[in-house]
Amino acid sequence: MYGNETKTIIRFENVSKFFGDFQVLRNIDFEIRIQERIVVCGPSGSGKSTLIRCINGLENHQHGNLVVDGVTLDGSSQTVNRIRGKIGMVFQGFNLFPHLTVIQNLTLGPMRARKMKAKEALELGMHYLERVHIPEQASKYPRELSGGQQQRVAIARSLCMEPKIMLFDEPTSALDAEMINEVLEVMVELAQSGMTMVCVTHEMGFAREVADRIAFMDAGEIVECSPPNKFFTAPDSERCQQFLDKILHHEDD
Amino acid sequence: MRIATLLLAALLLLPGCSSGQWGWYVVNPATASGMTNLKFLLGGVYYTVLLTLTGILISVVVGLLVALPGLSKIRPLRVASRGYVEAVRAVPILVLILWVYYGLPQLTGFAISVFWAGVIALALSDSAFEAEIFRAGIQSIGKGQYEAAHTISLGYGATMRYVILPQAIRRILPALGNQLVYMLKMSSLVSVIGMQELTRKANELVVVEYRPLEIYTVLVLEYLVLILVVSAGVRWLERRMRADERG
Repeated sequence: MYGNETKTIIRFENVSKFFGDFQVLRNIDFEIRIQERIVVCGPSGSGKSTLIRCINGLENHQHGNLVVDGVTLDGSSQTVNRIRGKIGMVFQGFNLFPHLTVIQNLTLGPMRARKMKAKEALELGMHYLERVHIPEQASKYPRELSGGQQQRVAIARSLCMEPKIMLFDEPTSALDAEMINEVLEVMVELAQSGMTMVCVTHEMGFAREVADRIAFMDAGEIVECSPPNKFFTAPDSERCQQFLDKILHHEDD
Repeated sequence: MRIATLLLAALLLLPGCSSGQWGWYVVNPATASGMTNLKFLLGGVYYTVLLTLTGILISVVVGLLVALPGLSKIRPLRVASRGYVEAVRAVPILVLILWVYYGLPQLTGFAISVFWAGVIALALSDSAFEAEIFRAGIQSIGKGQYEAAHTISLGYGATMRYVILPQAIRRILPALGNQLVYMLKMSSLVSVIGMQELTRKANELVVVEYRPLEIYTVLVLEYLVLILVVSAGVRWLERRMRADERG
């Protein structure tokens, strides 16, 4: 299965990116296959967020090739527009539209980008709101919901675009401890449904449960990328081992 | 409204304690001539309101059209927007009114009506300020909102229309209300080219009646009432929009 071109949906080939003089991504070579669940972890500033933000065109890389669902991203809006509708993204800070109700948040994309009729969009929105277990919140405004509920609305909003890939950028980092699980639960269900997922997260329990591979990034490089078993028990690199010691020790506290 | 009533009461009481300089008969609705004069003065409300509303409508649209390129990544667009704001803001409204009414027809070869000359001058002048207000409002919306719009595939137009502007306008509503009040007051300047609005009517009546004190006092009160109505309207709108977000 490995190396099967037809199954690869995201391919980084020697990708580098700079913010001014600072190199955030260093010669990234990375392939993600359809239905694969990837967890990306690493210390802050290691380039994890930038890596996944390149996939849907929120950031542009400068060197190398990045091919997403058959489209080679070259920084132009044409190529980005071809793929961004197929890629959902969930942000650390939710980024819901505060002036719209929950259901309006969900139907905006389907109606204005996918040109669906209001009634169809409403049905679609309610369908996904049920999937994240909060259909009763449809007519509330984001500020009336808890953080965990808001993040689930954000997941449903992305799903309403019926994406092929879902990106998660530290989806639980802004949440109070008691709300993390309700969001992870929805993400696990999504993973079980066969969605291709790339998650930047430090939730190692989640990584162990659903990840096909865990990538460890440090200083703009993917230092280690292996299945959970190997990743947690026998990582190849020392940097990865040190990182694991720190965060797993922290989790035991 | 209470302020207006107090002010009116104070003015009406004044003649009692002064040396009889007031002559309210000139606008006393109890007499036939006073009633005629009062109706003549109030006849200006129509054009003052029409000038203001048409002016603010055009100026908001132009202001937005100037503000958006000012936020572009493309430098020439930003420079053009900046240039417009700086140039238009530097021209006094009265000068702009004279220039549009007397000067512009020489340039274009078409005569322009007093009303449209007034509207264009007011709208252009105000649009520079509207542009700055819109720019500030749009810039106050966080990057995350654009990114969320990006991920649900909204284009630039849809992002602005459904995501950014509705939030920006809520924030700048008080400033827009200010501009409306400002426009209402500045419309009095259009009297110099003969527009039959409130100020012009008062000027004409003063020439006939020689009672500037009473007539201009009525004029002051006319503007005061109109502006209090505008303020109340803007506050109502602010409340309504806040209630909107609460659901």
